[in-house]
Amino acid sequence: MSLDSATVRRIAKLARIRVDDAEVGVLQTELNAILGYVDQLNEVNVDGVAPLSGGAQMAMRLREDIVTDGEQAEKILANAPDRVGQFFAVPKVVE
Amino acid sequence: MSLLNLTIAGAAQALAAKKFSAVELTTAHNNAIAALNPRLNAYITVTPELALEQAKAADARIAAGTAGPLTGIPLAIKDLFCTAGVRTTAASKILEPFVPPYESTVTRQLLEAGTVCLGKANLDEFAMGSSNITSGYGPVENPWKRNGSDAKLVPGGSSGGSAAAVAARLALGATGTDTGGSIRQPASFTGLAGIKPTYGRCSRYGIVAFASSLDQAGPMARTVEDCAILLGAMSGFDTHDSTSAERAVPDFTAALSRGVKGLRIGIPAEYRMDGMSAEIAALWEKGILLLREQGAEIIDISLPHTKYGLAVYYIVAPAEASSNLARYDGVRFGKRVDGEDLIDMYERTRAAGFGAEVKRRIMIGTYVLSHGYYDAYYLKAQKVRNLILRDFNNAFDKVDAILTPTAPSAAFGLGEKMDDPVTMYLNDVFTVPASLAGVPAMSVPAGLSAEGLPLGLQVIGKHFDEETVFAVSAALERAAGFTALPSVRAE
Repeated sequence: MSLDSATVRRIAKLARIRVDDAEVGVLQTELNAILGYVDQLNEVNVDGVAPLSGGAQMAMRLREDIVTDGEQAEKILANAPDRVGQFFAVPKVVE
Repeated sequence: MSLLNLTIAGAAQALAAKKFSAVELTTAHNNAIAALNPRLNAYITVTPELALEQAKAADARIAAGTAGPLTGIPLAIKDLFCTAGVRTTAASKILEPFVPPYESTVTRQLLEAGTVCLGKANLDEFAMGSSNITSGYGPVENPWKRNGSDAKLVPGGSSGGSAAAVAARLALGATGTDTGGSIRQPASFTGLAGIKPTYGRCSRYGIVAFASSLDQAGPMARTVEDCAILLGAMSGFDTHDSTSAERAVPDFTAALSRGVKGLRIGIPAEYRMDGMSAEIAALWEKGILLLREQGAEIIDISLPHTKYGLAVYYIVAPAEASSNLARYDGVRFGKRVDGEDLIDMYERTRAAGFGAEVKRRIMIGTYVLSHGYYDAYYLKAQKVRNLILRDFNNAFDKVDAILTPTAPSAAFGLGEKMDDPVTMYLNDVFTVPASLAGVPAMSVPAGLSAEGLPLGLQVIGKHFDEETVFAVSAALERAAGFTALPSVRAE
């Protein structure tokens, strides 16, 4: 399966990465090289095999639903680009 | 006496015997870094004043008789670990500027053990790479040189700064992280020992995430023993990481002297790949011979899905990365490039902040998770990942550990293997399967190439059986007697 330039642009849009016209061709070649390589998985028979999502050989751990942390507004805001009181001040992100 | 050319175990003894102070030890390393780091670029950020403060505290602990085996030991910390109050970059311009208000669990435990943080070590951007050339803060020079050549070589990656720092005597040890080989391959390229423990052994809390189902922290040092000492302090259950293993941490150093007599060592046929260099094949044979001479039983095994490891990895890791790196949007922290509207701001920020390799991986990950392609790529890769895990589980019914080469070649030149991304990815062909299965694996320096560069062998163990990995690695280390030093190093 080979990506055309329109698909490369669509992926970039989904990934929220701006790409110039000049970059599309390069990305197309590179992404197709990677996808060409991973295509070898098509030859593996996975009938009846469950997907393995994680590296941990364990079930997800549960804990009591109680507050264990908090009251750290200053620390949380330490890297804020701008603030108003105890709030992040950011460009409008809800349209 | 040189304060730079020590092992961690040796330095701890000397500190306890008051042969020198932690402040003297740290000062020697601070001076060595000031002299050599401008050339090697092993550290992105150096913290000499912080290091001296910590060394003073360590001396107080030593004087009070409350020191442990790591008190006063100066380390390089890979700049993927969040360090409270110290700039953390992940070698990416998109995090500029970011000063974590909290400490990662692994580095917090190391600080509690009394270690000294010399600085934050360079790496491939977001740990994505095998040569350290994708760093937003410039490449790292490998302190090793080919015989009769001054050409700059890569230190491997992604923990390339950690590797170069320890090899060049700019730290006694270092933390690394390993997602598909990022501790083991640079250890092999720089003549160091390095272990990726079992997934879940070290907490991932506070480590900038790349591929969460694969990322594991681990130590890099000059000896297997030093790695065992460091891993003991780095390991342990942590409620802040939902995949942290709720298991007791054994005394890894106690396993070092066990030897390999009676152990069954598996040699997987599938690692003998087409085009394996004669040099790597010979090194592997030498390792097999050394273990057999010490009483190990060598058993031929099969890991049939080995050849698909890289393909699985280059679907799973980018998929997880595309999700993890979605947080870098220019809104609440890090870099922001203004745009015409919100989407334009996101796109410009991410285009300016991420380097080429990170963008490629985010785009591959986005594609394999996208509607219509998820089953064909991501789900398929997860199923083959299960087959790779089964391969290891079946093998470990018959053997106690597995021996393979760490990497398909010695360190290569800056600018080599750049023709296309897949050529670079092939560096990780021997290390990726253990990452996918979550089993522990260690690289041990075992010999020199014809050009005088270090080569490592990899010891792979069962889940949570780092002790056997250490036992085999220590035996291999003793038998191989690797004593060569890099040509660029602080004296």
